[in-house]
Amino acid sequence: MVPVTAYLILAAVLFGVGALGVLISRNLIILFMSVELMLNAANLALIAFARAVNVVDGQVVVFLVLTVAAAEAAVGLSMIVTIVRNRETINVDRLNLLKW
Amino acid sequence: MIPVQPEVGVAFWMLAFVIIMSGAMVVSLRNIFHCALCLIICLSAVAGIFILLEAEFLAAAQVLIYVGAVSILIIFAVMLTSNLAVQKIVQTNENALVAFVICLVFMGGTCALVDATHVWRYTAEALPANNTLEIGRQLMTDYMLPFEVVSILLIAALIGAIMLAREEKT
Repeated sequence: MVPVTAYLILAAVLFGVGALGVLISRNLIILFMSVELMLNAANLALIAFARAVNVVDGQVVVFLVLTVAAAEAAVGLSMIVTIVRNRETINVDRLNLLKW
Repeated sequence: MIPVQPEVGVAFWMLAFVIIMSGAMVVSLRNIFHCALCLIICLSAVAGIFILLEAEFLAAAQVLIYVGAVSILIIFAVMLTSNLAVQKIVQTNENALVAFVICLVFMGGTCALVDATHVWRYTAEALPANNTLEIGRQLMTDYMLPFEVVSILLIAALIGAIMLAREEKT
């Protein structure tokens, strides 16, 4: 028997791994994948809560989050393609045009 | 309470191990293509956890949307930038050590908080067997407005993505 606590701790660790990726990554695509990991951790926690309190509302919210994640992936990756076309780099440290 | 199923525990720990290991590989490997493959493994294992939590519809949606669509988009992006990826740049920046400590503190704090909250220590009764039906009903009644808003958001985002990525004809 797995208590809901175990699922929540798994979600917390996965979120931490994703946050670590966002903080340390220099590559735009890896940064993007880390954001996907964090979204999945949030989904995992929502579904664990839905299971714990025995209602499906949490699952409905996860369905909406999945849709938003798909939209985010499409826009984010087309932005990466545009950045590569214009600046010829995916190193986030080089994308400092707006830095004062 | 549902009867004790020891195989659920075994499956949970195996999937949790796969999720954490492949997640760590996504943020640590040097080759972006290997990172993308590890991301696919990680997302598939999360779909397995969804099945353990009796969210079969969302497990299927996870496989279709994440493993099927988002991962393919990411691999396309990796291939479109592959002439840059062969330069062996270090993928991590100089903040790595500080960021690692901060994330460890965050994980420890969150786990301690979850562990200290006794409300979630139990496992509830099983969800109704037809919870996919219930999700559909909720989407068409209580969650009608978010459902429509998210539909418009998706179509707007996809059209915007096409506009962003197309070649400028001057």
